[in-house]
Parts: sequence; C-alpha cells; structure tokens
Amino acid sequence: MVSQILRRGLLLLPALLLAGCNTVVMNPSGDIANQQARLIVISTALMLLIIVPVIILTLLFAWRYRKSNTSAPYEPDWDHSTRLELVIWGAPLLIIIALGLLTWITTHTLDPYRPLSRIDAERPLSPQVKPLVVEVVALDWKWLFIYPEQGIATVNELAAPVDVPIQFKITASNVMNSFYIPALAGQIYAMPSMETKLHAVINKAGEYEGFSANYSGAGFSHMRFKFHGLDQAGFDAWVQKAKADSSKLDRAEYLKLEQPSEREPARLIGSIEPNLFHAIVNRCVAPNTVCMDKMMATDLNVKPGQQKAE
Amino acid sequence: MSDNFDLIKLIFGRLSLEAIPYHEPILLGTFAMVALGGIVVLGLLTKYRLWGMLWRDWFTSIDHKRIGIMYIVLAIVMLLRGFADAVMMRAQQAIAFGDNAGFLPPHHYDQVFTAHGVIMIFFVAMPLVTGLMNYVVPLQIGARDVAFPFLNNFSFWMTTFGALLVMASLFVGEFARTGWLAYPPLSGILYSPDVGVDYYIWALQVAGVGTLLSGINLVVTIVKMRAPGMNMMKMPVFTWTSLCTNILIVAAFPVLTAVLAMLSLDRVFGTNFFTNDMGGNAMMYVNLIWIWGHPEVYILVLPAFGIFSEIVSTFSGKRLFGYTSMVYATVVITILSYLVWLHHFFTMGSGASVNSFFGITTMIISIPTGAKIFNWLFTMYRGRIRFEVPMLWTIGFMVTFVIGGMTGVLLAVPPADFVLHNSLFLIAHFHNVIIGGVVFGMFAGINFWFPKAFGFKLNEFWGKCSFWFWLVGFYLAFMPLYVLGLMGVTRRMSHFDDPSLQIWFVIAALGAGLIALGIGSFIIQIAVSIRDRKKLADVTGDPWNGRTLEWSTSSPPPAYNFAFTPVVHDNDAWADMKKNKYQRPLGDFVEIHMPKNTGAGFIIAALSAVLGFALIWHMWLPAVATFVVLVAATIIHTFNYNRDYYIPADEVVRVEAERTRLLNSHV
Repeated sequence: MVSQILRRGLLLLPALLLAGCNTVVMNPSGDIANQQARLIVISTALMLLIIVPVIILTLLFAWRYRKSNTSAPYEPDWDHSTRLELVIWGAPLLIIIALGLLTWITTHTLDPYRPLSRIDAERPLSPQVKPLVVEVVALDWKWLFIYPEQGIATVNELAAPVDVPIQFKITASNVMNSFYIPALAGQIYAMPSMETKLHAVINKAGEYEGFSANYSGAGFSHMRFKFHGLDQAGFDAWVQKAKADSSKLDRAEYLKLEQPSEREPARLIGSIEPNLFHAIVNRCVAPNTVCMDKMMATDLNVKPGQQKAE
Repeated sequence: MSDNFDLIKLIFGRLSLEAIPYHEPILLGTFAMVALGGIVVLGLLTKYRLWGMLWRDWFTSIDHKRIGIMYIVLAIVMLLRGFADAVMMRAQQAIAFGDNAGFLPPHHYDQVFTAHGVIMIFFVAMPLVTGLMNYVVPLQIGARDVAFPFLNNFSFWMTTFGALLVMASLFVGEFARTGWLAYPPLSGILYSPDVGVDYYIWALQVAGVGTLLSGINLVVTIVKMRAPGMNMMKMPVFTWTSLCTNILIVAAFPVLTAVLAMLSLDRVFGTNFFTNDMGGNAMMYVNLIWIWGHPEVYILVLPAFGIFSEIVSTFSGKRLFGYTSMVYATVVITILSYLVWLHHFFTMGSGASVNSFFGITTMIISIPTGAKIFNWLFTMYRGRIRFEVPMLWTIGFMVTFVIGGMTGVLLAVPPADFVLHNSLFLIAHFHNVIIGGVVFGMFAGINFWFPKAFGFKLNEFWGKCSFWFWLVGFYLAFMPLYVLGLMGVTRRMSHFDDPSLQIWFVIAALGAGLIALGIGSFIIQIAVSIRDRKKLADVTGDPWNGRTLEWSTSSPPPAYNFAFTPVVHDNDAWADMKKNKYQRPLGDFVEIHMPKNTGAGFIIAALSAVLGFALIWHMWLPAVATFVVLVAATIIHTFNYNRDYYIPADEVVRVEAERTRLLNSHV
C-alpha cells in the first residue's frame, strides 16, 4: 500500500513542476515581475546544487548502511574528519556567497523605490521619460486609485498604458493591506499614515488580477480589482471615459467611500479634489483635523520646557 | 467609570448571556461533544476513585518526569483542537468557490485560522518541546530534578491555564480575527472591539510567564546541575540544543510580554503605541513581535535537531559525526536567529540595503543548518542503521526539511519575497519546516523516549502507519500550496472566484485527510501499546542500545533518577560506561534529599487564569479581587517551609533490589 502511494506520489511530481512553471508568478507580463521570476529560478537552481545531492545521499546511505547489509563497512567510533568538515562547511558557504552576492545586487536593482531604468530586457528607458503617477489607497475593503495628472479616480479598477513606467504611491485608510498585481510586479504594504512606493511597467496588453495580499478583516477575500494593460490609445480613451463621469471625489465623498463595504463594483470618478492623497496619508481628510506632517513640524519647533500648543 | 455607579457592570463587565454562541451550530455541536466527553472522563475518574491519585501524584507533582509527561499530554489534546481547525480551513477552501460560500462565514473562518496558528505554536509545539526537555534533560545530565522543581510545576500550570483561556473563547465570547500575530491596527480597539483579541493577549500572557520561567529553570539546571565530569563539551547534543533553546526563550519571551502589554494598554487605556493617530506606529509592533517571533521558530526547531542527533547516532550504532561542529552550529544559529527578524516583512518598504542585510543574514543561518544535515548524513555513513520508528521519522525529516530550508532561503531573497510573501507558497514553506522539522522531531522523540518514561516500547506497526500517513499526507497537503502560491494565491482567503484553483485545494484537503489518519494511528499506537504493555515491556532500561545517561537508569526511572550520581568521561557517557564494563552499584545506598509536592503551582496558575478572564471581559471588581488573592496566595506560599523530604536508604535499597531482580530476569 505504502509503496503504491509513493509511486503515485512520484508520478505527481512532474505534474507539479509543470503546473508550477506556467503560473502568473513564474510567467508574468511586466518587466519587474519577470526579473523576479528569473531570480526565483536562478536561486532555486543554485540551491538544488546542494539539496539534490543531500537527498540522494540520505536515501543512499540509509539503504547501503542498513543493519541487514553486513557486507557494508561498519566503523562505530569514526566521528571526525577535518577534510570532510571543511567540505561540510565550505560547500554551503560557497553557495551562500554566490546567493548573497546575487541578493545584494538584485535587491538594489529591483528595489521598488528605484525609478525604472529599462522597459524590458531589450529597451532601456531614458531618464527623461516621466512615469505615470498613480496614488493607491487601500480602504475597507476596496481599492481607490487616484490619477493626479489625469484628474480622475477609480474604485477597484486600474489601467495603465503598455511600456510606460508607472509610479505607485501607496497608503491605506485604517488597517494594513498589501498592494499586489502578480503579473506586474512584487507587492508592497499599504499602511495607514505611511506612504510606500512601487515602480513597475506592464509589457503586454491584457487584463490582470490585482488584490490585497495582507489579511485586513472580514471583507478581505473580495478585495480584488482588475488591472488593464492598454495601448496608449486605449488608455487615453479609458481616461476620457472616466472624465465623462459626473461624480467628484472630494473630502466628503471620500469619507463616505471610506466606510467599510464588501464586493464594491468597479467604477470611474470624473474629477478629484487636489491633494486628497496627501490628506489621506496625513490623516486629515475629516474636517477640523490637523495634518500629521503639520503637527510634527509644529512639535519640532516647540522649545524644551515650553507648553505645547493646543 | 461613569457617574452613575453600575455594580452589575463592575462585576460582569462586558460579559452577558449574549456571549454564549448558541446560534452557531458548529460551536454548539463542539460544545455538546466536549461536555459529553468531559462528563464521561469526570465520571470515570470518580468511579475509579482516581481524583486523589491525580491530585497527589500528578497535579501537585514537582517531579520533572511527571511534569514532562503532563506537558506532552497537554500538547496532544491541543493538537486535536488545532488540527480540527486545520481540517475546517482545508474543507472551507476546497468548497468555497464561485456561488458556494462554504460553511464558514468570514467571521468564523477568520477566528479559525487565528486559533489554528496560536494553538499549534503556543499550545502544541511549545508544550511538546518543553515536555521533552523537561523529561530528558535532567536524566541526560545525571541530575535528580531541575534546579527549581516548584517553579517547574507552576510553569506547566501557567501554560495549561493559558490553553484553557483559548479553549474558553470557543464557548464564551469569541477568539481573535486577526491572524496569529495580531498585527495592529487591525487588532487595535477601533477595528477589533470584541473580546477576541483580549483572549489572545491574556492567554499568551499567562502561558508566556510559564514558558519564561521554565526557560530560566532549564538554563540553570543545565549550567549548574551536570554530573561530575560532564563539562560543556561532553554534554549530549540534545542537552546542548535545549540549553540554546532556553537561552533563546529567556531572551525572547520578555519581548512578547512587553509588546502584548503595550497592545493591551492601547486597547484598554487608550495609549498610542501602535495606533494610526497621535504618533503611534503599527510597524513598531510588527518589528517587536518578530524580534520574539523569529527566535521562536528556532526555539522550536533546535530541540528537534537535538532529538535527531541522538536518534541518528543511536540507531546507526555510531558516535555522532562532528560533535564539536554540531555544537558550534547550534550556537551560531542561536546568535544569528536574532539578526534576521526583518525578513518577515521585506515588503514594508525598507531600503534596499536594510533588506539585503536581513536577507543575507537569513541565508547565513542555512550554513550551520546545512552543516548539521551533513553531520547526520555522515553519522549514518558506515553505521549499522536500524529502521525502527524513531529512525524513520529522522530520515523523513532529513529529506523533507531540506526542501523547506530551500524554499526558506528563496523567501530570504527580498525581490523573490516580494512576489511570494503572504502567499500560499509561504504557508507551504513554514509548514514544510515546522511539520517536517518540529513535528517529525517530536514524534521521533516520543517514540524514542516513551519506553524510558513508561517501561514499555510503543507498538511498531501503528507507529509506522502513523509515520507514513503523516509523511505522504504532508506532501499531498502542502505541495499543492507551493503551486498555488506561484499562481499568486494569497493566504487567509475564505472564498475564491477562480474555479481553476479548486482542484489544488481538493488535493490539499485529501492530504489533510491522510494526516488525520496519521494522528489517528498515533493515538491507536498508544492505546494498543498500553494494552500490550506486558509484551512490549523493557526491563533493561536501555531498549535501543542507547548512548547517553538517561538509558543507564531503569524504565521508568525511580523518583530520584540515579541512586548515585554518575561520573562522566565521554560525551556518549552511557556507551562509554557499557564499553568499560560498568557495574551498577548494588549496596551502600544512602538516603536521598528530594523536593516535596505542592498544590501552590496549580492554585496560583488557576488564579492567574481567573484574573485573565476577568481582564478579558473588563470585570474590574473580580479582577481586583482575584489579583489581591493571587498576591496573597503567592506570599503564603513563600511561608511554606515544608518543601523537602528524604527518601530513606531502605526505600532506595528496595527500589534498587527490584531493578536488580528485573535485570537478572532478563538475562
């Protein structure tokens, strides 16, 4: 019975590998995610150099030195070999040195805060190209996207032109989430009263999944949105469609939107109040609240012993 | 407090009949089962008049062996609860697709995954580890008990009553819906106003005291109570890993206590440590909890490494290869485990240099860990390997753990982590190391030391069933999760829209079914072995041809462990004694000074749990009253001077003569 299960399990293995390779994470459509996928392959290969021999040796030794095999040598007091120890510590060390170097380099080149330097492996990006700025706010339990340059906003829908660098500025309204579009690039946390950044580019037109990758409460499972990679004309048309919408995202509207809701349908908002994102990050959207940056600046100017200004 | 003085509110706080979840059929069913089972157990205990025996010989016992056994019983009971949670999650995720919402709404599902994590780490893995260390360490170092026997009993009861608080949340109120580390702001009062997070906080605070004290206890025991001749570099490897683990406990658990205390201050008194406003910073909590949390995983896995070291060398009939490098590897892991915590949240947005630093330190840990694997490998080399149950677990571990280690190092590469973080790939990874490392290690250890504790071996057939079901079940349950992670599926989801994912969740659910059979086989194994205890009996005290001191005494060992403290000349002390034709002393026994049982540990821990319960429900009056009684009980206990007794020489003579008779009957 046991061996049968094992044999079936072994048959499953190639199926598993195949399934693992043809997934959105391993085969994405954005240059950053592509580099990240390649990094996974290279690191795994590097580690398999040591993992595979260890597994084979374990099974081999277990079989060869089984008790019933009396023809195998038996040395009960052999417990040290300096040369072997050197290999034991040296081999993992060499692999980790290689992997460590790779880590240092890729962590810097794929730093989400670093502006892109290429569109894909073949096309470098001139530093003059200005990225499309999208401000992302994770709300309970939906996503708000603000396009400050276009003057529009969307709920649970994101679009960007193909091969144009995007700069995301990310925050959250009250609890922590994680902004993740696997086809585009790795995730980054969306945290209240903090702003994180992500630079990415989408290389293929298409409709992709985006979602929160950090549990944030009851409506978390459906905190999803579609990300559209469009050609420039398609993107312009999409912006125009949004602009045609008569609603406006001002502070009052935002406070309404901020209220918890689940499975919010996607919608476009035609105009926005400027600097709303700054107010969200600094927690001063509601009337009569002081922005955090202002409060901190004030606090900095307070001299020791002086009464703090109310 | 409001102006109109409300006595009912002062006494009952937030607690009312509303808190009983009688509208939840699953909980009602569970409650009925627990109540029924409880009544049967209580009835049987009463019928066979076992209460007195339980209280005198077990609950109040300060014998490290009995406390160790009680820890393991607690862990097995809690394993059933934690596993029930796992089954519910696997079932929910296997069916909740498209229009089917599954059988667990988010409100319930979110409690289930939180409880699963908390229970498995704090009330299954920790008691298993602590229990085995408690049982084995004093025997391995030739001591008669731990350094602070009363503290040991108290620690056990604090852990147990912490577990009881978690269990109480099933039937009175609810548990946290925040994930097992309760990140704020979600766990703050604004977004979790219910008692769930308070149950979480107080269960861990009560149990945490127990863990910390038992850590101090074992460090002192190992440092101060080793048999003559056993210098640090002659300690058995399990004792070494226990020492390192307990040092980690002593250094890490106060951080947990402090961070949970700050969270409760935020919740109850409106401070702003981790809030969004007024300068609070939730990421500070995330940092602090992982400064505890990362060492915690080494707290669990180091003793497992120790167990495997003992088993590989015993069942290969060989000295452990590279003892010295094994010890240094353990110490290096201990130190490095404090320098890696940030790898749990690379996605927070730290700079590239910070992320690379923590990524690379994490990878460096894999070097000593790799060295350990090689050492076990070369211990098997040119050995005579007996494939008994403990050895099977060990080989299963070696193959499984390296895979988990590999995916772990992969997650330590920050840009790779950006795409895998919080995904089911991560879930697969840490179950790969915790099941493949800690759980396999604990089952290996239980099978290995059970004959020492009870005087008979465990049934081999059911042991092998248990091993194969667990092993195959593990791969079936978690390999699909690796694939799902690469498909971009994130953790803690209670419902999915994409039907193409379903097949993988169904396979994983089948795997969980096999693991259930593995747990069932383990329980049958124990039951069958108790039935066949005569047939499985071991009278030698050394059923595996062991190598360390615990095998030199009888099984089960006498209350005093060793009639005369052994003298150690080699790190495989017992193997060395056997080689040199050691003769057991047969006469000249003297009386032995031993600590005396006390109920104080139970009482103080029970009061702590009542205090915790009162604080959870904001029952301020009972809380103050319990606190006063708690302090009083502690002070009264300090006036108890009746703490020790002597086992008379006659008694020692009688026990040792019985052992001589058994040994002779065997030959």
